[in-house]
Amino acid sequence: MSRRNIITLVVMALLAVLPPVFYLTGNAFYLDLATRLTILAIAAVSLNLILGYGGLISFGHAAYLGIGAYAVGIPAHHWLYGGLESLGLATTSGYVQIPLAIGVAALFALVTGAICLRTKGVYFIMITMAFAQMMYYAIVSIEEYGGDDGLVIDSRSELPFIDLDDPLQLFGLAYVSLVVAMLIVRMIVNSRFGMVLRGAKGNNERVVMLGFNTYLFRLTAYVIAGAMAGYAGALLGNFTTFISPEMMDWGRSGELMFMVILGGTATLVGPVIGATLFIVLEEVLSSLTVYWHLPFGLLLLAVVLFGKGGIMGMLRADKEDSE
Amino acid sequence: MDFALLVIQTLNGLQLGLLLFLVASGLTLVFGILDFVNLAHASLYLIGAFICATLTFALGNFLIAVVVALPLTGLIGWAVERFVARPLYERDHLDHVLATFGLILVFETLAHLIWGPEGIAVPLPEFLQGQIVLSETLIIPSYRFLIIGAGLAAAGGLFWMVNFTRLGMLIRAGASNRTMVSALGINIEMLFGLVFAIGATLAGLAGMLVAPITEANIGMGNSIIITAFVVIIVGGIGSMKGAFVAALLIGLIDTLGRSFLDDIFKIFMSPSAAENSAPAISAMLIYIIMAVVLALKPQGLFPPKVR
Repeated sequence: MSRRNIITLVVMALLAVLPPVFYLTGNAFYLDLATRLTILAIAAVSLNLILGYGGLISFGHAAYLGIGAYAVGIPAHHWLYGGLESLGLATTSGYVQIPLAIGVAALFALVTGAICLRTKGVYFIMITMAFAQMMYYAIVSIEEYGGDDGLVIDSRSELPFIDLDDPLQLFGLAYVSLVVAMLIVRMIVNSRFGMVLRGAKGNNERVVMLGFNTYLFRLTAYVIAGAMAGYAGALLGNFTTFISPEMMDWGRSGELMFMVILGGTATLVGPVIGATLFIVLEEVLSSLTVYWHLPFGLLLLAVVLFGKGGIMGMLRADKEDSE
Repeated sequence: MDFALLVIQTLNGLQLGLLLFLVASGLTLVFGILDFVNLAHASLYLIGAFICATLTFALGNFLIAVVVALPLTGLIGWAVERFVARPLYERDHLDHVLATFGLILVFETLAHLIWGPEGIAVPLPEFLQGQIVLSETLIIPSYRFLIIGAGLAAAGGLFWMVNFTRLGMLIRAGASNRTMVSALGINIEMLFGLVFAIGATLAGLAGMLVAPITEANIGMGNSIIITAFVVIIVGGIGSMKGAFVAALLIGLIDTLGRSFLDDIFKIFMSPSAAENSAPAISAMLIYIIMAVVLALKPQGLFPPKVR
């Protein structure tokens, strides 16, 4: 078993065991923290698929979290206050909300990705950012869903067998979802599809010369990543029960990127470690000072200027272990 | 749609366009020549506004404050180049993005720490507070004309500098082939620092000009940087002409869209549908335009010839 697999298993085992233990010993707060980091880790894992393995620097990934959360919030809003019954969108049923979250996120990824992926390099970074900001402003301008002030989700998604009002069950769902997301990413990366994706990251021209339409491969990966982040957004909406355009702000996208880079790109567990460190740092620093963004920003600068490869890069002894 | 409102909004659009150009020109200059992605560019817009606000109170005059604040902002820009950008030139764009994202957090929190969470209103001198009455319904604050004038002057000065001075020649040469320029004995590091400082000064000027209207506040950088990105994407990254044309285009479309889109929609929609959809569409308008431009010309309207 390679060193990397051991780290992955240890991290995932700790994440499975520690939060429920905290909860059962009366520290419910830590379970909340763990649920949030697990959900964000799903988004980070999905971002890693395109950023780490695909080399596509998307700076708009928070938009999908927002889309997923609003796909839960908007039907719940209509369920309570009326409207949209004819479309079947006035409901708290998870059977409607979660496919809606995944579907709309995938659609947004398809439409914007089709445009973004025509460009490359710095254009791609800025365009993904601009499209995410477009969603942000669109939601801000719709007063029915609270605009700037956000939207309270009065009732969580109803799912069979699971009661999301129970924090332990919500964490369980998030954890299982994270594991499934990681398995999906692993499957994709190791498949022929993933080989093309990673090949295009290394040398796009060469892969194109081999006869692959890398544009379509990238677009497919982009849509998959968007759909996964949309699902994470649906969980996030259910977790916070309050959603606002703020969660799509480009600062949030930057944080997701930071998680992936901090943990180590193109590694399975890197984004999970990154998300964990991010949440812990945020928690510790913000409890010390309201100006916690200052040490946080300096840390980010230090990581970029002096560190390479993230935490997984530092933990990795044998270079051959990398893909 | 009445005529007076159209004139006022067109002037507002022009003003926004020129401010956008001041921010975007620095971005495009830095990217075109240094190949460096600076997300923190708008932080200099923010810092410029705050420094100018403080100096306005300290020196008692807005215009003197601007004159003193400009070189200070340039100096901060130079420091950013020296300590953050320079070590990263050889790295990929992802590292640029992350480092300057960290820098934004640092700048914004420092501004919060020094100047507090509230915005600072910047008082104008007496003679700029007047209004110009063109007709009964057409009254325009004279300060708006100062912004438009200053914006045009800065744009003109920049064009003159880039096209007709020795420094501009070096900058253009550095943009096409930096190794060659440095082989010819030009101190490329100093040139890069200077370019960064010029970009910072322009962004700072935009922040200073806008401060008397909106107050100097922490969120102002965030609100303009994405629009400035849209401008340079539409114009073609690295192109000064593209930045100018796109900035005016985006400024006008954004301003006019917000005020007249519902009227336009009412022509072919029911009034209530127009009322509901217009705000969302007008908020998305500039991004839609960006998408259309990119679909037709992925390199923007004026793609730089040499890259």
